[in-house]
Amino acid sequence: MRSFRGFVVKEFKQIYRDKRTIVVLFGMPIIMLLLFGFAIRNEVSNVEIGILDASKDSFTKELIQKIDASDAFQVTSYLNSYDEISQVFKEGKVKEIIVFESSFENKLERKRVANIQLITDATDPNLANIVQSYTSKIIRNYVVEMNAQEGGNSAGVQLNFKMMYNPELASVNLFVPGLIAIILMLVSALMTSISITREKEMGNMEILLVSPLKPIHIILGKVLPYLVLSVINVIVILVLSKFVFQVPFEGSYALFFAESILFILTALSLGLLISSITNSQQTAMMIALAGLLLPTVLLSGFIFPIESMPFPLQIVSNIIPAKWYLIIVRGIMLKGTGILFLLQETVILLVTTLALIMLSLRNFKVRLE
Amino acid sequence: MRILRYLLKKEYLQIFRNKGMLPILFAMPVFQLLVLSFAATYELKQAEFAVVDFDRSILSHELVQKLQASDIFKLNAVYFSTEHALEEMEAGNIKMLLTIDAGFEKNIKSGKSAPIQITVDAVDGSIAGLIQSYSSSIIAEFNAEKLGKVKMSSAAVVLPKSVNIIPSNWYNPNLDYITFMVPGILVVLVSMIGIFLSGMNIVREYEMGTIEQLNVSPIKKWQFMVAKLVPFWTIGMFDLCIGLALARFGFNIPFLGSLVTILTIAGIYLIVIQVLGLLISTLTNTQQQAMFIAWFLMVIFILMGGLFTPIESMPLWAQNLTLANPVSYFIKIMRMVLLKGSGWQEVYKMVLVLVGMGALFLGIALNRFTKTSA
Repeated sequence: MRSFRGFVVKEFKQIYRDKRTIVVLFGMPIIMLLLFGFAIRNEVSNVEIGILDASKDSFTKELIQKIDASDAFQVTSYLNSYDEISQVFKEGKVKEIIVFESSFENKLERKRVANIQLITDATDPNLANIVQSYTSKIIRNYVVEMNAQEGGNSAGVQLNFKMMYNPELASVNLFVPGLIAIILMLVSALMTSISITREKEMGNMEILLVSPLKPIHIILGKVLPYLVLSVINVIVILVLSKFVFQVPFEGSYALFFAESILFILTALSLGLLISSITNSQQTAMMIALAGLLLPTVLLSGFIFPIESMPFPLQIVSNIIPAKWYLIIVRGIMLKGTGILFLLQETVILLVTTLALIMLSLRNFKVRLE
Repeated sequence: MRILRYLLKKEYLQIFRNKGMLPILFAMPVFQLLVLSFAATYELKQAEFAVVDFDRSILSHELVQKLQASDIFKLNAVYFSTEHALEEMEAGNIKMLLTIDAGFEKNIKSGKSAPIQITVDAVDGSIAGLIQSYSSSIIAEFNAEKLGKVKMSSAAVVLPKSVNIIPSNWYNPNLDYITFMVPGILVVLVSMIGIFLSGMNIVREYEMGTIEQLNVSPIKKWQFMVAKLVPFWTIGMFDLCIGLALARFGFNIPFLGSLVTILTIAGIYLIVIQVLGLLISTLTNTQQQAMFIAWFLMVIFILMGGLFTPIESMPLWAQNLTLANPVSYFIKIMRMVLLKGSGWQEVYKMVLVLVGMGALFLGIALNRFTKTSA
């Protein structure tokens, strides 16, 4: 036990001695959270749009003004013919062209209906979708207002929406829990995988192996400092998300920390497994970074909803631990869900962690090749 | 020149000797491109919903059926109390709850307003937004049908004005995400190889102590750097070509622009990214540090590169930050050239910016990298 304690102390010293890495380890999650918390969102702002107005009457002018005045849009170009559209799109700045048909107001007065065409540059389908629905909303609201002024009635179905848990549809609320998962997953897996392969690469592994330490002690000693580090990171992220981003926290803190520690352990043991099957830091890092980064971002439901994926991928997404952690964290933070509804996810994480530890212990070679 | 040739030979040997690395260099990017391109979509396939119907009339029943008739909404259950239904929402079993008040049918038939409530699980804001816009368009349709009948029977009321909105999506009429994602994901995969490997390769020499041997050898500074960069440049280009072939023949992505343009710009871009990796390696002492910094930059580049969430949806200051993001330029260029058929005329400015960045990185790196040990 004493030798184990000594080893742990050595590991702590080795990590905290390297000031640059420490700054990166603590600073990075903070910068990332601040940057992404503010920058990653699905609401649009200041999108450049163009107008092709064949009518130029008071109605279209007022509507254009209304659209230009919204935060979402900025009218930057006025076109004169259809043929100009493709050139404007190819330059890539303007994302949508609003086309008013000729004698618009006239038709609206007499036929009671007129046409507006919304042409989007759909190379980015997501943006095209958002831009289109924003514009339609502005147009519809304008028409409703106009009708109300003229004294129309409000017969028929009146639709009221209520957005549960996240009334402003703020993407920050969704992305912050996601960022926690990504940061924990990547930092923890990366750190452990590197620190063990490093010993191998530098030739120190021999010394550790002939020492009275058991493999399990070596592994624990390697993992412990990073567990502490990660828990500190979780606390910092939580404080930031609460006070900077005002992300609601409905559930229990104790449960949140318990689940977070469980997830950190999953990530750490994944790092262990990587280190036990590789021999150089380079390979370990490439697996931990290049191999984990995109799958964790894409398949966890962090940005893209899992329900939208094709069925086979929905199945594949089950092996991504971050997916389960995300469900748990979003549940606790936004809905205030208790452990009862999260049992399945917790058990899955637990089993994954145990399996990963077993696997890496089996692969941990006590002899040199 | 002979020195360079030997150095290159050594580097290639060193790369291809590491058997653990080969699948990471060649198989992993292809595999990720194939699998992950399908994951990046916001399409709403299906949303389960529940109904609490206090009216229980023919019309309310018709409304529910109208929702169900769309491919998107699937009726999960009918509840008799709102509380019960909300519990189901908390457990994550339903995404939407439709509550119809008593008197719904009577109100519609007599031309009064008939309120209904739709409660959406908005934890995922983008999904909630989609549910909102789909359901409101279905209900608007329902409304128009029923009102038309009411109007006809109760004679002349002035019709409200209405504007017909006709959407049309150019270059990608079906709003197909794959077309959009594949070029972007390909860029990211190639960038990762460029920045991670070329950077680490030099720090590795430091860490292993072999840099001293190189320092006392007659190798020139530029020869050493070129020998470090060229192998991964060729590997990156090779991966890119495989990726493009997959995109063309596997994913059926239209190649509207010229392939030569893409490959030329890709060549330039890879050098820029590699020089950035080189710069990182001259600023760090261990592979671990180099890796963390490279990883940190890469995550920022990817998440703020307009790959997943549109740059236009960022606040203005963040949009300005992306001007310094090489990955976002290349993603943009790839999409413009491949999907819109843009040519040099439209993209040359961005290429110039990339070249400028590369020159800047190289300048700093050369300044930092000395052949005498510190």
